[in-house]
Amino acid sequence: MTVTTSSTSPNGLSSEAIDALTVPDREAALHPSRGLVHDTWVVARRGLIHMKRQPEQLSDATVQPVMFVLLFAYVFGGAIDVPGGGSYREFLMGGIFAQTIVFTAFGVAMSLANDRKNQVVDRFRSLPIASGAVLGGHAVANILKALLPIAIMSVVGFIVGWRIRGSILDAVLAYVLMIAFAFAMVWIGVLLGSLIPTPEGVMGIGFATIFPLTFIASTFVPASSMPEPLRTFAEWNPITTLSDALRQAFGNPNTPIQASDPWSIQNPGLYTTIWVVAIIVVCFPIAVRAYSNSLEK
Amino acid sequence: MNQNAVDAHGLVKRYGDTTALGGVDITVPTGTITAVLGPNGAGKTTSVRILTTLTQADEGHATVAGYDVATHPHEVRRRIGLTAQDATVDPILTGRENLVMVGELHQLPRRDAKARADQLLRQFSLEDAADRPTSGYSGGMRRRLDLGATLVAHPQVLFLDEPTTGLDPRARNDLWEVLERLVGDGTTIMLTTQYLEEADRLADDILVVDHGAIIAQGDSSSLKRQVGGDSIGLVVSDPTRLDEAASIIARAAGFEPVVDVAARRASAPTSNGVLALSAAAGELATAGIEVDDLGIHQPTLDEVFLTLTGMPIDPDDDVVDNTLEVMS
Repeated sequence: MTVTTSSTSPNGLSSEAIDALTVPDREAALHPSRGLVHDTWVVARRGLIHMKRQPEQLSDATVQPVMFVLLFAYVFGGAIDVPGGGSYREFLMGGIFAQTIVFTAFGVAMSLANDRKNQVVDRFRSLPIASGAVLGGHAVANILKALLPIAIMSVVGFIVGWRIRGSILDAVLAYVLMIAFAFAMVWIGVLLGSLIPTPEGVMGIGFATIFPLTFIASTFVPASSMPEPLRTFAEWNPITTLSDALRQAFGNPNTPIQASDPWSIQNPGLYTTIWVVAIIVVCFPIAVRAYSNSLEK
Repeated sequence: MNQNAVDAHGLVKRYGDTTALGGVDITVPTGTITAVLGPNGAGKTTSVRILTTLTQADEGHATVAGYDVATHPHEVRRRIGLTAQDATVDPILTGRENLVMVGELHQLPRRDAKARADQLLRQFSLEDAADRPTSGYSGGMRRRLDLGATLVAHPQVLFLDEPTTGLDPRARNDLWEVLERLVGDGTTIMLTTQYLEEADRLADDILVVDHGAIIAQGDSSSLKRQVGGDSIGLVVSDPTRLDEAASIIARAAGFEPVVDVAARRASAPTSNGVLALSAAAGELATAGIEVDDLGIHQPTLDEVFLTLTGMPIDPDDDVVDNTLEVMS
């Protein structure tokens, strides 16, 4: 084979082409592994670029939370009473935070389904990446994607009258609980995204399951106002207790706890934490296996 | 390093009841090009997926760049590049971001990954589109970017799964030139193709596969001897005389003809093109069959298969590949 040395070869490739294809000793040029954290962050950064570039994702993360806060606060707010008194707008914030956190599962499932659709996942898998970095990157990106709307809603909530009335430590714990819950939701998302073959399917099935779950809960209306059996379901729904735990930690108004309430309602923080741990312990191994099965073909 | 960049023995892969690979041996000597030639569903993609650690063989053993794909996949991945059948670039990221990301995941420091991306964007004439999301790229641009991503870390062994399917002739020639340059520089290449012409042009060694098995192997001249070298073919003016013309072709060539009724075409491989052609021309004139076209050409994949297997390519073979695509 002859190598052209002129600046332009007959087919238009520049002479740089030759340089770009040439390397003296490939074995010596191999780079040592930079570790799980580095690889996870590279994959996560891609997820964040996705959010920035996709108008619907960006609006989900910015416009939608603002809209939800304003809609519920001003449109429905007047019609809903908080048992025990207090501002509905302050009651609302715990619920709307909880719903946003739960939707993390949705985002993860969509990312995985899209990666499989455009086969980017095969590119990743042929690269010398630390094992776990691809899922880890999705997890980090999607938790960050959830924290942006949480931050925006905190500000918008503040403008419409929501205040952190408890201690700073409790408020910090509330945000930590949100992050922990989002982390648990990541693995539900990995499971959904691995079991449902297409992004369209994820959209449909996710909407039909996750969305109602966030409404049969004390997210927007007190569980005590619901008819049976919805009320019992709502009382044991971890999304209810997440909302309640956040309200409690922020010192916001909530339905007063009765002696007859189930244990979950009496101990929302502990009950929610048990769920977080249980979801991670149970879902994590199943989700990881489902994910690798979805790639094996 | 090992004498053979790819050394695989007895690879078996089953999907449920379907056997995608039924015990295949593949060796690619370092610094050479081997082409795996076959129709859809022959097991080409499955072989590539096993050798690039994307899937595990049910039986058999393979080393790539000196490392066992099953026990040391990470070491294999450090040394290979894969261009899959469909471009695997992120549609939302720009061309540059794709290349930098792949570079960083190849463990290059970010600065080096960026410099390498610049270099590859220049090489593959993508500078103007470098900062646009790849969803707006043409098919050819996406393919070029994909190949660039494959070359980011100077792979020792390059796997290309049907790299020219769907490319126009100019783009195909550009790619061939790049591959020849890479091999000249010491890269080992294994590519799959459905085109005999491509295998003939590029490969030092050709494996012909069908139904998950290797049915012929050798350099292109030895394969051509097996299939009879050239092929003679004609297109009849009057479709009702196609059968007659086909048997004339078969007699002259000494091989079973491939008949395409829709194209009014019949052809057959032959060991002596000129002799067969003149014999066929004489018989056609005697029989009074008018032809629109009559000539010698390189055997097509169809003809190679007919000669090697005695059976035309089974159109149902697509089933396996399609199933895989749905699952992916």
